[in-house]
Amino acid sequence: MTDNLQLNAEGKLKHFLTIEGLSKPLLTEILDTAESFVGVSDHQIKKVPLLRGKTIVNLFFENSTRTRTTFELAAKRLSADVLSMSIATSSTSKGESLLDTIRNLESMFVDMFVVRHAISGAAHFIAQHTAPHISVINAGDGQHAHPTQAMLDMFTIRQIKKDFAPLRVAIIGDILHSRVARSQIQALNTLGAAEVRVIAPKTLLPAYVETLGVTVSHSLSEGLQDIDVVIMLRLQKERMTSALLPSESEYFKCFGLTEGKLKIAKPDAIVMHPGPINRGVEIESKVADGPQSVILKQVSNGIAVRMAIMSMAMQPQGAF
Amino acid sequence: MLDIDHLLNKLEADLRQIIIDRHLTQPLMIGIHTGGVWVAEAMHQRLGLNEPLGLLDISFYRDDFSQIGVHPNVKPSQLPHNIEGRDIILIDDVFYTGRTIRAALNEIFDYGRPNRVVLGVLIERDGKQIPITPDCAGERMVLTAKQRIKLTGPEPLHFHIENTAGHD
Repeated sequence: MTDNLQLNAEGKLKHFLTIEGLSKPLLTEILDTAESFVGVSDHQIKKVPLLRGKTIVNLFFENSTRTRTTFELAAKRLSADVLSMSIATSSTSKGESLLDTIRNLESMFVDMFVVRHAISGAAHFIAQHTAPHISVINAGDGQHAHPTQAMLDMFTIRQIKKDFAPLRVAIIGDILHSRVARSQIQALNTLGAAEVRVIAPKTLLPAYVETLGVTVSHSLSEGLQDIDVVIMLRLQKERMTSALLPSESEYFKCFGLTEGKLKIAKPDAIVMHPGPINRGVEIESKVADGPQSVILKQVSNGIAVRMAIMSMAMQPQGAF
Repeated sequence: MLDIDHLLNKLEADLRQIIIDRHLTQPLMIGIHTGGVWVAEAMHQRLGLNEPLGLLDISFYRDDFSQIGVHPNVKPSQLPHNIEGRDIILIDDVFYTGRTIRAALNEIFDYGRPNRVVLGVLIERDGKQIPITPDCAGERMVLTAKQRIKLTGPEPLHFHIENTAGHD
């Protein structure tokens, strides 16, 4: 028996809520399974019948383009029936509570919820309270976690760099508000990367940042030395309630990734970004569209990785 | 004890005859992971086919996901991008219930619409559960429900019959 809500009694994936507490073999299994789904998009018929007859509800309480569409495509490529709900059109805006929404959807014989919510812990809460046969996937909760994004980033890194052990990875920008960064740091440390370095102004770093297993730099020019993988984060303007930065142009001058700055990293370094990109704020267009950028590859890989996670969580659960 | 060379010879001879009788044009050979690929490699070489061998992993097309789930480390299938209108020789090691072949046909048809598909297996045993039958086999055998044929390989190819504790 395990006390990890994400795993069933046999230690297999039941929910996917956070990278925290998941083992290296399990993360590797997700990456390996995703590898086998990559080819599906090349078929004339871009579908496999694995989740035929299953119903998946995308429950997006927060805006999303990439994540929602790739989750939807992933479900469809597994032959599941998908329903995508967004808050603006749902009853929650009429005052229905989260649990009532869940109970109603459960009554429609749903098998999986994919949840994005502005409140940290929302997906976890749903997983705790939903019917035992239902799996929950976290598609981003508040500032807490975005584990499928982290896994597709790990997949992209492994695809190009093969092995995590020698890698020095820099995560640059708004670490404070970034659920993506938290999940990436956990995944990179679990998979055994040599170093995870965060580069940001002090105002955009959480107070306890060193305890996450990272080294810290406040200078882009110093921090980029010896780096194999450069992960840029979006400057989350909508989350900035207080004046954490003097101005966007000031931020770009200090922490924006330009061709010149990128030269400080290793010559074969790759540039990643979870999207959406603020061109000219955290990254220059020449870099975002340049030869070292794998940003669009990340998007394509998102489908295969989400297919893997969905099919693994939907496996027959012996415990029930 | 069955001689593996004898089975391979018989399968090769049958396939040559089918290619002639059915006028197969530039047939594309596809082996089913894992044992089927070994047998297909041998046939591919013996028949002197030029085009690379296609590889099929039917894990995502199995009909027992609800019982056993997804298998990790599924090898990606490697088929030519366009198999539209092609003549295909599908090869597996053992034909038993027919479910693997059903899954394989489903996957092949997701890549395109072949002109025809011929099925060759090293051993056809009794116990089929759906109306699919190989076009040719190295050997046909009758076994008890507890007996399983196990192929090991690829070099040397060898098979033996196991008695399982499974259901009748």
